Amino acid sequence: MAEFKLEMKGVCKSFPGVKALDNVQLALRPGTVHALMGENGAGKSTLMKCLFGIYKMDAGEIYLDGQKVTISNPDEAMKYGIAMVHQELQPIPARSVAENLYEGRFPLKSFGPIKVVDHKKMYEDTAYWLKEVKMDFDPKAMLGDLSIGQMQSVEIAKAVSHQAKVVIFDEPTSSLSDNEVEALFRIMNDLRDKGVAMVYISHKMDEIKRIADDITIMRDGTYVGTWSADELSTDDIIAKMVGRTLTNVYPERKNKPGEVVMEVKHMTSISDKSFQDVSFNLRKGEILGFGGLVGAQRTEVLEGVFGIRALKSGEVYVKGKKVTIKHPADAMKAGIGLITEDRRGNGIFGCLSIKDNVGVSTYNKYLKGGFVLDHKSIGNVVDESIKKLRIKTPNMKEHIANLSGGNQQKVIIARWLANDPDILIMDEPTRGIDVGAKHEIYEIMNDLAAQGKSIIMVSSEMAELLGMSDRVYVMCDGKMRGEIKDKEDMTQAKVMSYATQF
Amino acid sequence: MDKKKLSFKDIMINYGVIIIVVLLVIYTGITSKNFLSVNNLTNILMNMSSRLVIALGIAGCIITAGCDLSAGRMIGLGGCIAGTLLQKMDYSQKFFPNMKPMNIFLALLIVMLVCALFGAVTGFFIAYLNVPPFISTMAMMEIVYGINMIYTNATPLGGYVSSYTGIASGRFLGISYLIWIALLVAVITWFIFNMTRHGKYMYAIGGNPQAAEVAGVPVKKTLIIIYAKAAAMYGLAGFMLGAKAGGASVQLGYGYEMEAIAACTIGGVSVSGGRGKVSSAIIGVAVFEILKAALQFLGVNSNAQWIALGIIIFVAISLDIRKYVARK
Repeated sequence: MAEFKLEMKGVCKSFPGVKALDNVQLALRPGTVHALMGENGAGKSTLMKCLFGIYKMDAGEIYLDGQKVTISNPDEAMKYGIAMVHQELQPIPARSVAENLYEGRFPLKSFGPIKVVDHKKMYEDTAYWLKEVKMDFDPKAMLGDLSIGQMQSVEIAKAVSHQAKVVIFDEPTSSLSDNEVEALFRIMNDLRDKGVAMVYISHKMDEIKRIADDITIMRDGTYVGTWSADELSTDDIIAKMVGRTLTNVYPERKNKPGEVVMEVKHMTSISDKSFQDVSFNLRKGEILGFGGLVGAQRTEVLEGVFGIRALKSGEVYVKGKKVTIKHPADAMKAGIGLITEDRRGNGIFGCLSIKDNVGVSTYNKYLKGGFVLDHKSIGNVVDESIKKLRIKTPNMKEHIANLSGGNQQKVIIARWLANDPDILIMDEPTRGIDVGAKHEIYEIMNDLAAQGKSIIMVSSEMAELLGMSDRVYVMCDGKMRGEIKDKEDMTQAKVMSYATQF
Repeated sequence: MDKKKLSFKDIMINYGVIIIVVLLVIYTGITSKNFLSVNNLTNILMNMSSRLVIALGIAGCIITAGCDLSAGRMIGLGGCIAGTLLQKMDYSQKFFPNMKPMNIFLALLIVMLVCALFGAVTGFFIAYLNVPPFISTMAMMEIVYGINMIYTNATPLGGYVSSYTGIASGRFLGISYLIWIALLVAVITWFIFNMTRHGKYMYAIGGNPQAAEVAGVPVKKTLIIIYAKAAAMYGLAGFMLGAKAGGASVQLGYGYEMEAIAACTIGGVSVSGGRGKVSSAIIGVAVFEILKAALQFLGVNSNAQWIALGIIIFVAISLDIRKYVARK
């Protein structure tokens, strides 16, 4: 028997403009939980998607029990006994739990000359596997009616029912409650006793310390090293993930915030499940942080301000004057810009050029005779912003889809700057961006603040939130829970204490 | 890596359909004398003219990741309205017996406005009520057909004034007015697509409607204008077809929407939105009409011609899609 259940060696993977994985390796011992760690964009998920056959590796080898295997799609991965628990990956919400569990391998029985699905066996077997993972909900329940934690249990049950020998958990606890996390860990301990090798991806240090046996750390698509979990302290892990000491990551601010430029009062969403009675203000030249856990409705509040989400009530004052914002165009008129969290979903126009991507918000400004575009002026603006924001591209006709995440983000920033807003809302401005480009984005933000523009930054990265903000608001469960005004009070503990006031 | 082979593959992917058509034209030109005659080429251009106007209208819808199934019936409505307004006084079956034939420009304006109104209604359902374009234009297709049946009592129209039929027979610099009209529409459409704010908004909506909304694009208004504008162009096409045929019936234009959608996609207007040019529509329509004419000259069974057109659509779209999905 080989020492390792599964080994990946020399894995490389490139996307247009980015080298996502560069000679990465991973080795899993049977009956262990192996934590895979790294900053956002370090390539953890990409590596796992290569293992699971969702992406094709450019180079690299996979060994299972010492035997070399090739895996070209998830189906093959599952045949080799590799399963992946990923909340966004497989569920079909409109079908039952049992159907989701047995999708693609329904138990059959004979009905005269034809084979039909054996529903009775399917429901019974499903109930059995659910019990195996200590869950007891109805196999006939619609998957979409379950909580995210329950859905994940279904995915785990599926992995167990496959008799999987390797199970990948890709950030399984990011949206689980404490009870659900406990249940998950119980299942993982069971699997460990059965000799299953597990990969566990998470950012939560306390969980890693509790559950992991081995730790592999990645940084910017490269392999840093593998250690036994008790060898490393939390600080060691962070230092190895970041690859540098944490000082000087955030460039120094030169200006002090001035008078209040925007006030939001008692804003309540039209949906009961979203934000309620949120008020805050923003000062001139300030970088205002919005902290909270995923699902705290920070994005929703700011999209409400920007006119994308419907409101039940609430008022927005810009420079003392009340403004009515029903559509993003109204927000733009009021001097507000929004860089969204989901760059691909509602940020970039993938099939259009950089010029069109930047230009789109400026067309009202550069019109000749009411409807003909002044292409020359627009071109000048775009050219200027490519230089100023140091966007790496051969020219402005390049399709934005060919740029790296960081450069795409700069294009979106350029789009809003071309419109010269006083207030710029940046929702997770450095998500999925490599470290170098991150630093450049921070510098751009500081420059803007120094020019007297005001920035609202939503960030789920604690270090970024604390490092960049002049002041921080913390939300939890749709409500504003706290404001941290002084730099000295800005600690992780303080933010977390507000962020968990459910 | 074998570079030469790769570039050959690229050429086939990018220009495969055009190469096939050029080869077909050369072959047909050699085997049948009259195919490359001025007369026949003019004829192909005449056929292309109204088809191009339709395709340019529908291209706008497709670029926003929509489509327009009502085009064919709109053409019928446009042709019939023009017909009822432009009959000779002494024609025995005159639709409005006591009405003097209208000024043809006024008639055209009425045709385009009426169609645009229906198009705007379709656009309203798409933009404000989120009815998928496929469904809402299909609904409008039925409505327009019914209205046209009621309006004309389903009787064919004829006996047009000479100024109307003159649009098809008349020439300027030796070229039919119909071709001039199509050229003018192509130029105007190119201008709208590339030089105006509206055109840029159209591409943005097709590229990523959510991002367009966030970027402050008036998505709803733009969609309504696109569908209204397209419908006005179908009306114009109906007007042109009526002039060419010297008559019209409710069946005028039936099925043309499918040909127009096919032509656009052959030329490279992406059905997933955001991509497509005026030249795409021109190339697509040209491929379609040349293919039809060549097959006819080669004596291919007219029913089998449909099969050829279907195959061309399969090949063209498969090649076109390869340009974008081959990356993974």
